[in-house]
Amino acid sequence: MFKEKARIMDEAAIKRALSRIAHEIIEHNKGARDVVLIGIKQGGVHLAMRIAQVIESIEGTPPSVGALDITFYRDDLSTRPKVEASLTDIQFDINEKVVVLVDDVLYTGRSTRAAMDAIFDFGRPSKIQLAVLIDRGHRELPIRADYVGKNLPTSLKENIEVSLIEDGDNDSVILREEV
Amino acid sequence: MELKSKDLLGIKELSKEEIALILDQTKSFKEISTRTIKKVPALRGRTIINLFLEPSTRTRTSFELAAKRLSADVVNISGTTSAVAKGESLKDTAKTLEAMNADLVIIRHSASGAPHFLAKLLRCGVVNAGDGTHEHPTQALLDLFTINEKFNRLEGVKVAIIGDIAHSRVARSNILALNKMGASVILVGPPTLIPPEIEEMGCEISYDLDSVLPEADVVYALRIQLERQKESLFPSLREYTTLFGMNKRRAELLRKDSLIMHPGPMNRGIEITAEVADLPQSVVTNQVENGVAVRMALLYLLIGGGEVV
Repeated sequence: MFKEKARIMDEAAIKRALSRIAHEIIEHNKGARDVVLIGIKQGGVHLAMRIAQVIESIEGTPPSVGALDITFYRDDLSTRPKVEASLTDIQFDINEKVVVLVDDVLYTGRSTRAAMDAIFDFGRPSKIQLAVLIDRGHRELPIRADYVGKNLPTSLKENIEVSLIEDGDNDSVILREEV
Repeated sequence: MELKSKDLLGIKELSKEEIALILDQTKSFKEISTRTIKKVPALRGRTIINLFLEPSTRTRTSFELAAKRLSADVVNISGTTSAVAKGESLKDTAKTLEAMNADLVIIRHSASGAPHFLAKLLRCGVVNAGDGTHEHPTQALLDLFTINEKFNRLEGVKVAIIGDIAHSRVARSNILALNKMGASVILVGPPTLIPPEIEEMGCEISYDLDSVLPEADVVYALRIQLERQKESLFPSLREYTTLFGMNKRRAELLRKDSLIMHPGPMNRGIEITAEVADLPQSVVTNQVENGVAVRMALLYLLIGGGEVV
């Protein structure tokens, strides 16, 4: 059982964070011409769409957005209970592009590792960068995010829940604690 | 959700929910075959044995490609090149394969029930890739996926299956699968090729193809097994073609959005004319493409992932 401990972000805070991330992506890459966004399923896809909208409003053209399912690339695939796969949807060429992976929460880094492996099966991007809404710490691999909405040091007993309007909830980030 | 059994022996053993799960997962696997690098590490380190004791090109190749695209190791054993040709019994062959730590055995056999026999003997999973005149479950699954892909539903879809129902495991598996998913089946063919009491499986019977076609969403032409001709079950191939062959005139009786299907290999000019096989309504090549994806989903659901907790 997890009980709510704190409301970390509301709709306005999420909007501001994603808007800042979009600006940073443009600044860091000196424009968005070669940038493509790929959301990691399930949490990152809607966030990637929103960041793409902000980039379009600044640069005039929208970056390509894709969705990546990492089920088959998980390092715990053969030891944990079966996971149903969902659809990967990348309808564009990623060769020589700057691929910005988008996820909701960065935790152990294992999902990011799996996502990078998956990306290399689609081509050879010139760069891979990582954008996350929340970085909660506790990395188990040498991975860091290039763009962070909010750094939130957590304990291992805690859990972060990101809810989005696209999934039928209100936009919110809630910190829960195991009781 | 997961499959309940370690084996896929027939459509009969699957629930509606399990069929829906396999069809749903197939979508994710179909995408993999469209990539430049058509391979994911989902079954890395697993060993699959293709034990094909009856001739087959497309089913064996399809299973082999499915396994390889999931990074499993595959060994092919055929009847003529194995110790089976030296008279080894199926039981001994199976025990030998298990001792080599296979995770899954895919079997095609001319005897109905051979996969069931194996499944009882072996701790590893067994998949039926066609047994005698009994079942060919993965063919039915890929056919259902193909129909659903075009109509976005199976409930209420009207499927006419034409030809040699009596000797067809493809027909049996399809009748079972379509019924479970709420589609309706009408069988069309010469009376000698329609087994008695098959209506009890839940299908209608007709001997007049022309009257069935305007109502059908799917026309499924079965292969006429030419070796059956010797048994004199129908007077001549020419008569069969005249009465039950899918030709251009019959294809025009179909609605524009109806599908023409065939499990292959086709006898062009007998159960289907070359002209009809190449019509836009014909989804024969889609069936082959979807076959790999359905088998990938099935292999993943059977031996992918860890232990059930």
